[in-house]
Amino acid sequence: MAVTVKTFASASEAAGAISSDRSARYLGGGTLVMRALNEGDVSISTIVRASDQALSRIDASGPRITLGAGVTFARILGERDLAFLHAPARSIGGPAVRNMGTVGGNLFAPNPYGDFTVALLALDATVALQGGFGARDIAIEEFLQSRERQSGALVLSVSCTRPANAEAFRYRKVARIKPKGGSVITLAAHLPVSGGRIAGARIALGSMAATQIRAKAAERALEGRTLDTANINAAASTAIEGTSPADNALGSAWYRREIVGVHLRRLLSGQE
Amino acid sequence: MSKTPLQFRHNGRDVAIFVDGGANLLVALRELVGDMTPKFGCGQGGCGTCSVLIDGELHLSCLTLAETVAGHSVETLDGLKQGPNLHPLQRAFADNFAAQCGYCTPGMLMAAKALLDRNPSPSRADVIEAISGNICRCTGYEPIINAILAAAGGRASA
Amino acid sequence: MLELRKDIFADERDDNLKEIGKGTQRQDMLGHITGTSSYFNDHKLQGMLHLKVVRSTQAHAKLRRIDTTDAERSAGVRRIIRGTDVPVNLNTLLSLINFGKDDEPSLAVDKVRYKGEPILAIVADSEREAFEAIAKVRIDYEPLPTVFDVEDALKPGAPVVNETYPKNAFIYHDVYDHQRLRFGDADAALANADHVLEQRYQMSPIEHAPTETNGAIAAPDTNGRYVVYTSTQALFFSVDTCAKILDVPSNTFHFIGGTVGGGFGGKVDTLTEPLAILGAMLTGRPVRYVFGREEEMQYGPPRGAERIYIKDGVMRDGRIVARKIRAYFDSGAYTRLSSYAAVKCAAHLPGPYTIPNVYGDVYCVFTNRTPATAMRGFGVTAMDFAIECQMDKLANLVGMDPMEFRILNAYRDGDMKAHRREAKNTALIECVQVAAEKAKWPIRDEFRRASSRKDGGGSRAAIPPTPTDVRARPAAPAQQRTTYDRAPVTATREPPREPPPPTPPPPPPRPAAPSHGATRFSSVFGTRRR
Repeated sequence: MAVTVKTFASASEAAGAISSDRSARYLGGGTLVMRALNEGDVSISTIVRASDQALSRIDASGPRITLGAGVTFARILGERDLAFLHAPARSIGGPAVRNMGTVGGNLFAPNPYGDFTVALLALDATVALQGGFGARDIAIEEFLQSRERQSGALVLSVSCTRPANAEAFRYRKVARIKPKGGSVITLAAHLPVSGGRIAGARIALGSMAATQIRAKAAERALEGRTLDTANINAAASTAIEGTSPADNALGSAWYRREIVGVHLRRLLSGQE
Repeated sequence: MSKTPLQFRHNGRDVAIFVDGGANLLVALRELVGDMTPKFGCGQGGCGTCSVLIDGELHLSCLTLAETVAGHSVETLDGLKQGPNLHPLQRAFADNFAAQCGYCTPGMLMAAKALLDRNPSPSRADVIEAISGNICRCTGYEPIINAILAAAGGRASA
Repeated sequence: MLELRKDIFADERDDNLKEIGKGTQRQDMLGHITGTSSYFNDHKLQGMLHLKVVRSTQAHAKLRRIDTTDAERSAGVRRIIRGTDVPVNLNTLLSLINFGKDDEPSLAVDKVRYKGEPILAIVADSEREAFEAIAKVRIDYEPLPTVFDVEDALKPGAPVVNETYPKNAFIYHDVYDHQRLRFGDADAALANADHVLEQRYQMSPIEHAPTETNGAIAAPDTNGRYVVYTSTQALFFSVDTCAKILDVPSNTFHFIGGTVGGGFGGKVDTLTEPLAILGAMLTGRPVRYVFGREEEMQYGPPRGAERIYIKDGVMRDGRIVARKIRAYFDSGAYTRLSSYAAVKCAAHLPGPYTIPNVYGDVYCVFTNRTPATAMRGFGVTAMDFAIECQMDKLANLVGMDPMEFRILNAYRDGDMKAHRREAKNTALIECVQVAAEKAKWPIRDEFRRASSRKDGGGSRAAIPPTPTDVRARPAAPAQQRTTYDRAPVTATREPPREPPPPTPPPPPPRPAAPSHGATRFSSVFGTRRR
């Protein structure tokens, strides 16, 4: 059975097509779907596309930003208003992958990929989904926990609140290859400060579980406190809680457990 | 298998082909257009040897659904020479011994062209970033970086 | 930057060099930079079919049933090839030089011995259709106990990986289950050493990861011949291997290759050519078989894993008096070239040092891992990693500078090496001196003045008394046809001989089974064939 390509003018039609056909996959930048076809994944027999301009829209003017699912990492890097997302966008692939890979696709990228999603998880992003039954917004954490069941829905956009300042949002991807490589672990921290104390800390980890997860114990260790050495050490020492990393060619589960606290300490204390 | 008609600009000339459903641009270029310069290395976006320019932007042809380039311009290494003359990047690659097995060279040259078209005077760091998606397994990165810098005129050939 | 140190060994060299030290353009550079260099896959042939293999999902299992009913009916399928379709479905690469027993099928028949072992080849109109047919093949496996560790594999009662070698070790010269080096009395010297250091080293398999994956295109040509475009690194080796597996004269093939997108040793195993040609023979059409990236990384042969134990005796003054080494090469499920790696390794002991008592046991072991193969100095690289780590540890143990420690123990011209050849043209001392100089690493005058050409030989040229190993008389080797020879087997084999006298293998030349070709001498294995 050959592969059929269906292109729709609207996102909702495309969503209808993928929700009604188990063998249909939505094609964003191609880095996941085309790769699967190249490796002989015969579970895909329909490729669905949408030419809907809304999917590639960037709204970065206000305090809450919205990125269409089809926005590429190269376009994020071209937006001065999205400077806080430049580090995660730049950490993905080489220039060609950044010209192709999209925000929406990254939500589905398995380990050791999906680095941008780590940033979005720390920023408590909202994912706008179009399913067969209509559109709905869902918190990114909930989205990731149910990711396997979301393949019949189409991501339209993600949105999040802009961090108050550069200090409040930090990101680090640990790779074995410089300047680029798959993630050994990826970390992002959103640390809003209110009255000199951290209020609403969110720390996200990539490659430390089947999907991107929050380091909730580390968040609690920082909540209501200042970012001093003792609190940083306390947070770092709990970074491992709730994680379930796996072995892969880039690192063993053991290694990931060993280094996650080290890198969280460095991230929080601003060390290179 | 049903075929889809596809027209696009290939190195400045119009081409028209019929592609299989789901065919990638690399297969379309190699097997239907007959341009063997982009190579298959991984099919996953990991090696960069299939790199081409689409409307001047660096893309991986193996991850590009062929029919998405309808009406667009695709440049490959086959179009880099200017008539009988080598492109300055090609000359610099030869002068700097920047190819060993030669398999990554098509992708390296296209990544380098994408860089120099936007940034004629790149720093060494810019060059490294520009080829960071291209793997050279003979591990000749230094001559490649030197060649790109030499082509940019930023540095005498080493 | 290249720097020629012409001051060193100046009198030994004709210095009228026309090429060295000057830049000379590669002959293939113009092709590379214009993209016109022709790799195997850059050939578009009319009516080309695509071959993909069905790979084992099990590391060790009996094949109870292979059901291709649905796959045969799948759209675009031209032919499904089974092991029984392969004319000579058992081969070992070095049989071309009469070394080792045939131990590996092109397509598994009754049993699989590693995860990813090819079982069926499917030839279809497109890759997609081949993949769809693969998904419809049903294989009933009976899983068998597995062994993945080289030392476990040699223990009594370990699962037998490859019945050709029931003890899970390659057998040299029909007798020896490992390579052995004996020089002096290492145990006595260890007993008298001031310090003894024993360490364990381990190196993992390494994938060559060539940017161009392994592959071949075979097409029917005129006069019953086949033209084969191939990524092979060893064109004539591949021609002969295909001739043997497909049971035709080698002039049946016109192999075209030589332009290879990175090999590093990973493209000598001739994995794709025989099946591509067989596909072309059975369908009468051009057939392409090229590894995908996952296949290349997961099932393409890697550099084999090695485990190495080194026990050294060293005196307070820094002289190493004994080195005892036990090394295990993980060959994976089949021999490929690991048997040769172990030979090279034994020949390399104890590294570029003059040590009066050396003892080495090197095993080529079969496990249920992906078969290993050649890779850039295989047999030597991991051993050197281990030896040089050990040298640093020994230097630290005796409180010596590591550079000076190496110069002190380095071999010099005229010294006797452990395999009983005189050391000539040695240069380790000078290398260390220049390395120290470049690294601005201070070494003392006496070491700066040392020379590979001074103070060697004399007592250092002696072959020390070497005790004989006590060993049982070996069992008669299994009668097995091992040569690349299509003539009927008529020659009588010599009965197993007594273990050869004390010092080292290999045993004297013996008559081999008859085979074509004149007498040749293999410098690799030291055996004469006829």
